[in-house]
Amino acid sequence: MATVAAVIASTHHPFYLKASTATGADRPPFADEWQAKIEAFRETLTRAEPDVLVMVGSDHFHQLWLDNMPQFLVGKAPYFDANWYNEEREFGLPRMTLRGEEELSTHILRNGLDMDFDLAFSNELRIDHSITCPIITLRPQADLPIVPIYTNIFAPPLPQPKRFVQLGKAIREMVESWPSDQRVAIVGTGHLSLELGGPRQFGPHGPDPEFDRKAVEWIANGDLDGCLGEVSLDSLHAPGNATHGFMDFMLMMGVAGDGVKADYTDSLDLFHTMEAYFTWYPEGALT
Amino acid sequence: MSKYLLDKFLYTVDRDPDLVERYRSDPEGTVDWWESEMANSILNCHGGESSTWLSFTDDERRALVEQDHVTLFGMGAHPFLTLTLFIAMFERDHGPLEYQIAYGKAMEHLTLPYPDVAT
Repeated sequence: MATVAAVIASTHHPFYLKASTATGADRPPFADEWQAKIEAFRETLTRAEPDVLVMVGSDHFHQLWLDNMPQFLVGKAPYFDANWYNEEREFGLPRMTLRGEEELSTHILRNGLDMDFDLAFSNELRIDHSITCPIITLRPQADLPIVPIYTNIFAPPLPQPKRFVQLGKAIREMVESWPSDQRVAIVGTGHLSLELGGPRQFGPHGPDPEFDRKAVEWIANGDLDGCLGEVSLDSLHAPGNATHGFMDFMLMMGVAGDGVKADYTDSLDLFHTMEAYFTWYPEGALT
Repeated sequence: MSKYLLDKFLYTVDRDPDLVERYRSDPEGTVDWWESEMANSILNCHGGESSTWLSFTDDERRALVEQDHVTLFGMGAHPFLTLTLFIAMFERDHGPLEYQIAYGKAMEHLTLPYPDVAT
């Protein structure tokens, strides 16, 4: 059976590429520290020697739209083109093409349906920055095949937080039951407190530093009870109007396992939002 | 009131570079043209088929023509769509992050709960 080589949860910040490649007067003052933290975080994936990446993210109204909106969708295709004109325009993100791992997509779709997750699928999915940001930060050579899994954190009605956790647990089980000798890293990105298009956007910190502090603790400690006890679809409006993206972190807590502490935790207080990076090694801490 | 149709306008304009420029330079003409030609087109569907029932209210049309992001927010238009399109149209006229910060400041009188964005 396949091995889960690493479980990685991260924020995705579309400005990282621009900030980290800027030079001279264009380079923001926080870029050096940010880049150093990302490069250390990248090492946690490299060290796990993955062959395949399962990538959990959320489409930002690029291919998935309100006339036909899935809650959870698995991409199954030999290739996934990536990034869109408006992401190139706003964030300077490059066009990319990633290979797909169709056998694992098929395995997850079949077993997910049989585990009562009515997963949608796509045979022609162009992925966006929720998946390409972690490629850029964690695997910039973009050389590994992927299985993209999209969640709806964006267009209500949304699934309940506990459903994200349940799906995360199921993804872990499904990867572990994949008849393959490959090493799979499961990588998912979401947000801590975040406001977009509202009065609290683009502040000097994230809109709710207290939520961020608690969220980092929940994730680092695998504290699903604490997290599920405080987080609801309603409560997530308070820390910022885009904070439902935190449910992708909750999904990743489900993947990592109840009560399992992260082997690597880091964060960075940036303007606009707090960055946070977590890695678990299910085989035991790697040397 | 149709939050869905407001979102559809923002979404279809944002994804088309020519329409972004047209809406920036001629908001009234673009909104008129879009409502008569595009509002009822079903995306990703047979070209010859369309819906029959979608139109803006006067207030919605006015908010789009006036490019009034605060009113659009109040109507429950999806804030991500509005922000993305408005950055595309207006960030170029400002220094780094200046537009994004002013955009938020124009809404500083708003408090929780924000208008529901569910469609």
